[in-house]
Amino acid sequence: MVHLSADECKDVSAVFSKVNVDQLGGESLASLLIVYPWTRRHFKTFGNLSSTDAILHNAKVQAHGAKVLGAVRDALKHVANLGGHFAHLSDLHCQQLFVDPANFKLFAGIVSIRVGQTMRQAYTPHVQASFEKFLDAVTDALAKGYH
Amino acid sequence: MTLTTADKALVVSIFGKVSSHKEAYGAEALFRLFSSFGQSKTYFSHFDLSQGSADLKRHGAKVLGALGEAASHLDNLDQALSKLSDLHAYNLRVDPANFQLLSHSIQVTLAAHFPADFTPEAQSAWDKFISAVSGVLTSKYR
Repeated sequence: MVHLSADECKDVSAVFSKVNVDQLGGESLASLLIVYPWTRRHFKTFGNLSSTDAILHNAKVQAHGAKVLGAVRDALKHVANLGGHFAHLSDLHCQQLFVDPANFKLFAGIVSIRVGQTMRQAYTPHVQASFEKFLDAVTDALAKGYH
Repeated sequence: MTLTTADKALVVSIFGKVSSHKEAYGAEALFRLFSSFGQSKTYFSHFDLSQGSADLKRHGAKVLGALGEAASHLDNLDQALSKLSDLHAYNLRVDPANFQLLSHSIQVTLAAHFPADFTPEAQSAWDKFISAVSGVLTSKYR
């Protein structure tokens, strides 16, 4: 299990306070579908995902991305038991949607890049390391449903 | 995986903005790599890994310089990177997983310095580009 120190939690909290979570979530999900096109197969009910432009203007993508990043942000309060906190969502992703856990890491990577784009030099290597450690812990918890 | 004309243009245009900051941005990308992925330090026991060190600046410039070379030879990466490919295969033997980690660190650095330019399309182009370069560098591993 991943342990985040108090300082690391503070870094993560600071990141979430400096970004617009809804907007960043929407942009991150859109970017995932653009940069890694094979991920589109999990979102067949979202309508038009056939081009970069269509994806960037897709309201369902924006809404779902906002939901996902909101859930990641809220998970910070449960960092001592992410496995338990995400048990239901993990089952959903792993037992019903059959999402390859590698995709969680791809999404986390994109979120980190987008945070860098937003916070620029304020996203120091140190803060990035804390934030990515947290995202790692979240993605690991989500992948638990496979075992 | 092929780079489209649009991809190539995005790689070249962003690299144009990077080329006068190779030391600073290269050092930053490396320091981000070591901060987030401690395992990558294994290849640099002979380096001063502190932020902004001369070692990081020198090596960072070298890495970004090689990417710049690659960016000018996008239609012939195999040949352009042949010597580096030999170096990584027979001498350095960097675990292939690390190329992805460095790619990510470079992309965070680019996004932080060029927020307006690093659109999803630009990210896609750079992800593919660095992936292609990494592929060549690991092509002779076995």
